[in-house]
This record gives sequence, structure tokens and C-alpha cells, in this order.
Amino acid sequence: MTQFIELLLNGISLGFVYAVLALGFVVIFKSSRVINFAHGSIILLGAYSIAKLSDPLGFIPAVLAGVVISAIAAALIYWVILRHVRGRAADTVTIATIGVDIVLATELARQIGQDVLNLGDPWGSDVVRFGDFSIPEARVAAAVVALVLVGSFLAAFKYSSWGVAMRAAAEDGEAAALMGIRLRRVVTGAWLIAGALAAVGAIFLVTFPTPGVDRASGLAALSAFPAAILGGLDSVVGAVVGGLIIGVVVVMASGYQDEISFLGRGLGQVAPYIVLVLVLLVRPAGLFGTKELTRV
Amino acid sequence: MSERLPRLLVPAVLLALALIAPFFLEAFWLQTGLFAMAAAIGAIGLTILTGTAGQLSLAHAFFAAVGAYGYCYLAGGGGLGVNAASGLGLPTLPALVLAVAIAGLAGALYSPIAGRLRGIYLGIASIGLVFIGQHILFNATGLTGGFNGRDAAPFSLLGFTFGAGDPELVIFGVPFEDMERLWYLGLALLAIAYLFGRLLVAGRPGRALETIRDSEVAAAVNGVDVTRYKAAAFTISSMYAGLAGVLLALVFGRIVPESFGLNLSVEFLAMIVIGGLGSIRGAVLGGVFVSMLPKVLDEYSGSLPFLAAAGSGGGIEPGMAARFAFGAAIVAVLIFAPGGIGALWRGSRPAPSTSPPKESAA
Repeated sequence: MTQFIELLLNGISLGFVYAVLALGFVVIFKSSRVINFAHGSIILLGAYSIAKLSDPLGFIPAVLAGVVISAIAAALIYWVILRHVRGRAADTVTIATIGVDIVLATELARQIGQDVLNLGDPWGSDVVRFGDFSIPEARVAAAVVALVLVGSFLAAFKYSSWGVAMRAAAEDGEAAALMGIRLRRVVTGAWLIAGALAAVGAIFLVTFPTPGVDRASGLAALSAFPAAILGGLDSVVGAVVGGLIIGVVVVMASGYQDEISFLGRGLGQVAPYIVLVLVLLVRPAGLFGTKELTRV
Repeated sequence: MSERLPRLLVPAVLLALALIAPFFLEAFWLQTGLFAMAAAIGAIGLTILTGTAGQLSLAHAFFAAVGAYGYCYLAGGGGLGVNAASGLGLPTLPALVLAVAIAGLAGALYSPIAGRLRGIYLGIASIGLVFIGQHILFNATGLTGGFNGRDAAPFSLLGFTFGAGDPELVIFGVPFEDMERLWYLGLALLAIAYLFGRLLVAGRPGRALETIRDSEVAAAVNGVDVTRYKAAAFTISSMYAGLAGVLLALVFGRIVPESFGLNLSVEFLAMIVIGGLGSIRGAVLGGVFVSMLPKVLDEYSGSLPFLAAAGSGGGIEPGMAARFAFGAAIVAVLIFAPGGIGALWRGSRPAPSTSPPKESAA
């Protein structure tokens, strides 16, 4: 029982990290109808920048710089490349982000090489104890930061003028433009926010218990994909719920791997996808996604 | 006639060169060419699904794995010690046909899920299939040999083995070893795959799939059974992937799970995008380009100024340079030539309308 609750708490805190990353997918999808496959390498870029800058600048300034770098990188990807993509199929822009991801991920892998970079974060491998349970400090920080971020994002989405513009644009881009909403600015804002969220999520993806930033860290971000899809790509609440589900599933599948060894080793990595396929079987648009209807 | 002649000339010369290639190419280049053929076959299948029918799929590597492992299981048998993976020991031709059929069956089984999902959801769910497939390949050791992989039985037809030296064969002073023999098998398979693909896309099914891509409602109104056609497209594309997998297994001689990861799926997607979505010829060109690029760069890394030999540090490693090149090629094609290099090849035909008819979503 102790183990179960400990795993559950760990899962939830990891889930919040996924939620932050999944929010990035959702914001971009809502504003530009694109699945951003380059999100993984933006996450890696954030982690890499923070790791490189934390030595000369200190941790907090490095985080700020990393957030700015990732946000600008994401916005640049949209401005310089994706805006100009043409093509018949609706998924063309999504495919273009795969191309961007290949280039960016390759360059980052080249920079990182075989190193494992340390973020220089203040938590180290310390552990917080609640009675019988222990949770890494970094994970507690992750949950707190993520809660604050998700909360303020939801509030901004609901009350700020950007949030209103964003929701209007997602509802009906043309009508929103006619009402004087500058679509391009709204969309650019969405990419900036997604990039910033990616950098913050990246911090907690590579701090303890993970060893640090290496060239494969971007792959860990792939688990945020199922989180975003599971909840429904156009649902902010869905991203949070999806993140939590995936977080708990990943931690449980790794924690109980001895008990479920008949399913094979390394189940933690595939478990998100198994859950994803099962959920999509029942609800093709995710848990909270709007069902696509066609009006004739 | 005078206009058609040059257009036929290029393919004719290429075909002639392909037919006599084993007489002047070394085994390394033949192997590279065979990988390109396997890639081209797989890419044709994916371009039918993604380009013609508009179903984005990243599961192609999974179906290629089903074909490759299917063949090895059906044709293989026994094996000693560490290689003791089970098999049925069938003759290789039925094994090949059955392996392709099994890949098709896997596609057909997946198509009800695929049919429910739209566009982007399908793309991500299909990534899931690749990861789940990898998990199975690594863990079902009795069937797949796990991490170490398993051997592929050499293909043989009517007593003629497409492996080294059985029977010994020397033509015009060129010893015909495994690569020389497989070369013609690969060419034949590619030719069948190409012709079938062309007929399919040009004919009634191709029209129906294109209509589904552009508007499912319009397709349904015109009497196209949308669900059935989508399922058929998925099945056929999986069979292509399966055939590509079998050829890969034959050329490698031994298959490991790593060869069938997400990277392979992404490379297949790169091939059809670079070649031009929906173009069969483009898929072949894209397949050749994407699969040969790393090998060519690797071979000439010593003589190209900005490249470094693998593992030597400094400069860009050839494998990375190839990834840069095809990542950038995807983006460049989508921005500057949405029809792909297949369309550039055709010359200055006006590009089809670039904006899809908007489906209004409620």
C-alpha cells in the first residue's frame, strides 16, 4: 500500500510535467490546426540552453533565458517556415514540422554529443518525506510550478483579452478576423507560449530522478504526445487530465514491472501508447476533444 | 511522337542501366541499391495511403516489421543455441507471399481503428503502433529472437538460391554472388509494385481515394463506400510495407528490432513528401534519395570537405549530414515545390490547386 501511494504521488507529479508539455501541443493545435512534431526538439533546446547557461549565469537566470530562447525558437519556426508551407493535404504543415524536428534534433544531438549535462538545479537528488512516503524534491517543485502554470494559463485563457481572441480564433478564424482580431498575432502568441511551456516542462523532465540532459531527452517528450491526444487535442482541460493519466500510468508500469513482467520488460515506455490506442478506440477524438462534425 | 521520344528515353536508359548494373557495380553499391528498392516499394505503399487517400500514417515501419519477421518465421526453422527462434520452415516463395498477406491482414485489423480516427489523431495513434510493435519485437523472443534478432532464410525459387554460391554462377566473367542475384529479385518486385501502384492510382480506386482525401462527404454522396475504401487503402499500403520488409530481411540476411523503429517510419514519410504526395514515381525517386543519401555521404566522407568520418569528431558525421539534408528537403519541398521532385521531373505542368476545399466543421 505504501508503495502504491508513493507511486501514485510520483505519478501525479510527473503527470503535471506532461500536462505542461501537452498544453503546448494543445495551444498550437487550437490556434493553427497543426500538431507540432518539433515540440520534442524545442523541449530539448530548452533543457540544453538552461544546462549550458546555468554555469555562467546561475540557475534562475538560466531558466529565464532558456524560456525566452525556446519561446522565440517556436515562434520563429512558425514565422519563418510554417507560414509559407503550401500543399493540398491538410496535414502538410504537420509534416513540415517533422522536417523541422529532424533538423533541430540532429543539430542538438550534435552539440550534446555523448555528454549528459547537468541543469545545476537547486534540488539535486534530495527527497521530501511525508510520513512513510518519499518523493524527490524536484518532483514536488514540478507539481507546484506546473499547478501554478496551468492555473494561470487557464485563467488567462478565460479572462485575458489574448485568451478571448485565441478562443474566438479557434472557434472560427474568419469571423474572428472580421471582428478585428489579428490572427497572426494571436497565432504567434500561441507559439511563443508553447515554446515557453516546453522549456519549463523540460526542466522537470531532466532533473532528478532522470540523470540529466542527453541527446535522447527529446524522446522522453514523446510521452507528452499521448497525453495531449488522450485528453483531446483541442481541450485545455483534456491536456491536464491526459498528462496526469499518462504520468500515473508510466510510473505505475515501471514501479510494478516485476509484478507484470509477463508483459515484457520496459513496459513503462510503451504503456502511454497502449492506453492511448485503447482510449481512442472508444473515443476517437480523445476524452474531452470536440467531435469533428461535418455540415453539408 | 517527337515529343514523346525524349520522355521515354530517360526511363528506358535508366531501366537498361538497372538491368546491367550487377556487371559493373561492386557488392556494396548493389546492396545500397537493394536497400533503395526496398525503400521505394515501401514508399509506394505509403504514398497510396497518405498521398492518394489522405491518411497520415507513421505506422509503416510496424507493417514492414510484420512482413520481415513474418517471412523469417515462415521460412526459418530450427537454428542453434542463441539463434533458436522458432519457425515453420516453409519453402521461401509461399513464405514471401504469406508474409505480405500477414502484413496486409495486420493493416486490415488496424483499419477499423484507423477508420474511426481522423487526420492527425490517426497519425499519432499510428506512432503508438510502432512503439507497441517495438515492445513486442524486443520481448517475444521465441518468435523474433528479441534484441539479437533472427536470420532470414535465403530466397530460393525452383532450386535456384538467391544466396551466395548455390549453384555457382558466373556470367560474362562476373561471379554472381548473393547481391547480384538479389538485385534481379529486387528489380522484379519493384517493377510489380510500381506497375500495380500506377494502375491502382490511375484507375477507379485511385479516383475514389482521392475524392475521400478531398472530402469524405462528397465521396460518400457519389457512392464511394468510404469505410471500405479506407480499409482497403490501409490493407494495400501495409502489404507494400510488408513486401519492403521481406526484401530488407533478404538483403540484411539478419533482422533486428532496431531497424524497424520510428526512424524508419519518419524516413518513409520523408520519401513520399520529397517525391511528392500521391505520386508513385515520386515515391520511387524519394525512396532512392532518402535511403541512398546516408550511404553515399558515408562512402565519400573522406573526400567531402565539411564531413568527418563517423566517430572521428570534428565536422559533421555523414549520418547526421544525411538527416540534415532530408529534414531540410522535407521543409524545402513543402514550401517551394508542393508537388515534390516527381512533379519537377514531369516538367512545367501546372500544379494542381493548392487550397483544399474547406470542410466546415461545426
